[in-house]
Amino acid sequence: MAALALFADALVRAIPLILTGLAVALAFRGGVLNLGAEGQLIVGAAASAAVSIRWEHALGSAVIIFALIGGALAGVIWAAIAAELKRRFSVLEIISTIMLNFIAIHLVSFLVRGPMQEPTHIYPQTPSIAASARLPLVIQGTRLHAGLIIALALAGILYWIFRDTAAGFRIRAVGAGPRAAQSAGLIDIDWLSWKVFLCSGAIAGLAGAIEVNGVTFALYENISPGYGYTAIAVALIAALNPLGVIASGLFFGALETGAIALQRDFAIPSSIASMTEALFILATLVLGSIRGRSLLFSRRE
Amino acid sequence: MSSDAQQPSPTAVAEAADLELRDVSKRFGKVVALENASIKIQRGSVHALLGENGAGKTTLMRIAFGLIAPDSGSISVRGERVRFESPADAIAARIGMVHQQFSLIPQMTVAENVALGGRGRYDRNAVARAVNAISSRMAMKLDPFAMVSTLTSSERQKLEIIRTLAHDARILILDEPTAVLTPHDIGDLFVQLRAFASDGGSVVLITHKLRDALAHADEVTVLRQGHVVLNSPMAAVNQQQLAGAMLGDIARDTARDTARDTARDPPRHTARHTAQTSSPEVTRPTTVLELTDVTIHDDHGIERLNKVSFGIAAGEVVGIAALEGSASAMLRMIGGRLEPDTGRITRPERIGFVPEDRQNEAIIPTFSLTENMALGSAGSLSGRMHWTDVRQKTEAIVAEYDVRASSAMSAAGSLSGGNQQKFVLGRELSSNPGLLVLENPTQGLDVHAAGAIHERIRRAKAAGTAVVIYSSDLDELAELSDRVMVVNNRKISVTKADRNSIGEKLLDTAG
Amino acid sequence: MSTLQSFLEGTIRTATPLAFAALGETVVERSGVINIGLEGAIIAGALGGFMAAGPAGAWAAFAVAGLSGMLIAFIFALFAIRLRSDQIISGTAISLLSLGLTATLYRQIYGVTGASSSITTMGVTRVPWLSSIPVIGSSLFAQPDITYVLYALVPSVWWWMYHTHAGLGLRASGEDARAAEAAGISVSRTRFLAILFGGLLGGTAGGVLVIAQAGSFAEGMSAGRGFIAIAVVVLGRWHPLGVVAAALVFAAASALQYLFQAMGWDVPYQTFLALPYVLTLLGLAGIAGKATAPGALGKWQSR
Repeated sequence: MAALALFADALVRAIPLILTGLAVALAFRGGVLNLGAEGQLIVGAAASAAVSIRWEHALGSAVIIFALIGGALAGVIWAAIAAELKRRFSVLEIISTIMLNFIAIHLVSFLVRGPMQEPTHIYPQTPSIAASARLPLVIQGTRLHAGLIIALALAGILYWIFRDTAAGFRIRAVGAGPRAAQSAGLIDIDWLSWKVFLCSGAIAGLAGAIEVNGVTFALYENISPGYGYTAIAVALIAALNPLGVIASGLFFGALETGAIALQRDFAIPSSIASMTEALFILATLVLGSIRGRSLLFSRRE
Repeated sequence: MSSDAQQPSPTAVAEAADLELRDVSKRFGKVVALENASIKIQRGSVHALLGENGAGKTTLMRIAFGLIAPDSGSISVRGERVRFESPADAIAARIGMVHQQFSLIPQMTVAENVALGGRGRYDRNAVARAVNAISSRMAMKLDPFAMVSTLTSSERQKLEIIRTLAHDARILILDEPTAVLTPHDIGDLFVQLRAFASDGGSVVLITHKLRDALAHADEVTVLRQGHVVLNSPMAAVNQQQLAGAMLGDIARDTARDTARDTARDPPRHTARHTAQTSSPEVTRPTTVLELTDVTIHDDHGIERLNKVSFGIAAGEVVGIAALEGSASAMLRMIGGRLEPDTGRITRPERIGFVPEDRQNEAIIPTFSLTENMALGSAGSLSGRMHWTDVRQKTEAIVAEYDVRASSAMSAAGSLSGGNQQKFVLGRELSSNPGLLVLENPTQGLDVHAAGAIHERIRRAKAAGTAVVIYSSDLDELAELSDRVMVVNNRKISVTKADRNSIGEKLLDTAG
Repeated sequence: MSTLQSFLEGTIRTATPLAFAALGETVVERSGVINIGLEGAIIAGALGGFMAAGPAGAWAAFAVAGLSGMLIAFIFALFAIRLRSDQIISGTAISLLSLGLTATLYRQIYGVTGASSSITTMGVTRVPWLSSIPVIGSSLFAQPDITYVLYALVPSVWWWMYHTHAGLGLRASGEDARAAEAAGISVSRTRFLAILFGGLLGGTAGGVLVIAQAGSFAEGMSAGRGFIAIAVVVLGRWHPLGVVAAALVFAAASALQYLFQAMGWDVPYQTFLALPYVLTLLGLAGIAGKATAPGALGKWQSR
């Protein structure tokens, strides 16, 4: 039973990693360097908590749908700020998204100590959301929730979009050869990047909503232990392939869960997990350079 | 191969040559750029290094300047064997090179550019004094504190020369220095070079212009396809011999060019189009491309066309001659990749476009041929991709255009340049476009691939496609075009499709 | 101490580590490289400085901090220059690596709870005469010694960049690698050294946090300063003096809380925490079209 719980915990941990990994993979595939999955996830979590708490009685169990949509929309808005800054003022998205990550953290800190704080005003968190607003469990007796199915389905859909649809092909083309995509393919790459950026934000926002409605059931200050940054490793090691993201997400989920267990049982620092992730990225870079292709994707000049 | 039957009596050599390259060979992949090429530059002389585009002139001099390491062969400077790891070594050996593409930093001042590569403290006033001293000695005028981005091409070239002299260069290599200059500036340049040579320096003049070489050089070395085919004092050879050595076929001289021109069959539109075309064209029923008072700026905001009007008819091949880079915006506008700033343009619905920068603009090297086929229509596709259909189309093109690839699923980047280009042309022609725009379509290709591309262009023409082709190789333009438009000073003038007329037009109005 | 003094002092306090890091990154970016791994150099410097400060004293600790940052930068340089990997990806990975590595080392050495060990912080030196200037004197000239190093470093870097041949070579490498090579400059070498220098200053920035300010190490205490420094470099338009001015503006925005508190305005404190980031975004949007990045930034150009 303990083994099952540990396994389930690893899967639970993998869910936000897969989702944010997909967000990053989509963005990078389309040539958008969205390093802001972290912030988009955090605002998504906040929005979803707000919707759940505000309408949990009015909407009954339908509230979960609106909460997830609300989370995704918040992610879109957060990404749209960076996308607009890029489109109108050519602000590099690697800088703006990281700034927005910090702003998101302070925003949530304000919310859970201010307007959204639980009624006793003691703890920096929101009240717990009602059972009706929680995602159903996949395996009873564990914490494994339906977010896993959403994550897997989304990975499948993205895989299909990249492989079989014109829109997915355009995204790949813009990421792999922006000038050729524009010149030979007559693709409006700025407009396409803008859309990709927002979709990426939606997925990251959804990840935050699923985390609130599936795991934490309330909004906290440190709702994310850096999922949005680990996501970059998840996506890169998967070579930006959505199905690969499932595998690398599960791997990192297990790694981080295992590291927490190692720390608890053997006093080995759990931070060894993020080191390992970084080493994996560096290893893919070395391999890429040995293969003569130093870039997983090529960026616009 | 380095010596040739045509070589006249050797020059008397008392002292060691200023610069000598002996038996230099260099391959780039499978392409042989140089084979056992030797050249000797005497002190106090202006030495012309002649050859057609791609003959290996620039490669040979880049080796002398330490930019490229030779596969074999040796370099001696003033009689001493040297080994250059980088241009820094060559500069230390008092060699200077002015590249065809300037190597200046536009965001820095004249003085800063001159000082580049030095050591220790940079004293702008001391450098400015040095610049002024060299300027006055060479009768050039340049403000040491001007931003390079504000200089004209001719001023930038002066700066390049001043910079090499400031580094104490005694051997000055200039790569096609007259390409960017007005006739007046060209005259000045040669006066300055002569002065430098009489002062004990030596000059290597890389050029494909016979006339410049004949008029200004003391000695000449001719390269053809990587081999030195002639080496002689200029006084001992005539234009005919030089042309023969450059072209490798004495029959292909100017006389034949003219003959071929007169023999070429109609349609010729010279009567209609020869006049300056700033006045609007009368629309012909078959006109597929029509520009009226078009003005366009390039990416850097430089105006490239000013109120230009012309029309191109179906089944017509129009060559574009222009100085390096100045036609790029125009071609993109004609090809529908750029809109004019002012004026009107009417284009056919379907346009094929073959850009010069194939690897970045025409194909995505990491994508398969099939995906690159789909790329051609990527902007207008919707819904699901029908990969089986695309693959069949790709296979058809691979077969028809003789693209050597292991399959339609091979990565485009794994193909040779020639095969990539055949594929791109096939893709662009697969939609039966009304207009085909080509930019240096055979640059860097071997003779066979280039021939295949030319053949396809002729067939497209026969099928009624209007073709606009830009090429830096004037022979190619002369060979393919019905008429040639020369772009100069933001205006267009139309000329006969023969090499001399194009060359003169390019030169006469340059600047 | 007056409110204005607290404000000024808070500004200098926040600006010092930021200016160190941003000044280093300015040199890196002027050479044509963007080092997102700067965050990693800062945290490495913080831990290195912390570990050395106990046994070795403040100045030696700063040397270790700088070298630690340099070590991280060296790894980045191997990827960015030798392997020519994507600079953004390798920089991100280096930051992650360094954050994880420092946390792991710290927990290994000082225990998982990171028992509250602390060091004596670097002493404050009052510059005679200057420190008695009213209002600004005590804020600017009663600082830990390392701050004076910064004061000296800023004009030195500026002078070096514009008045030495090496500085010209650096800027040329950043604008057009091909042209720089043709002028006899080794672009790879220039960029490699620039990255190491950036790491040295990044590590020093981390050292400032520990040795001159906090007196203790905390996991992730760099708190995004490396990324802020990169934004500050853009805001300062890649000019050493502009960059330091931008760092001061950012720090002043952070220090506004002292003023607001003094005025008794009831504004949530998170506003002040978020304000510098918001201002940075607005600033970046505001300078659009006015600032031009080094021409070759982030790109590899072959000859």
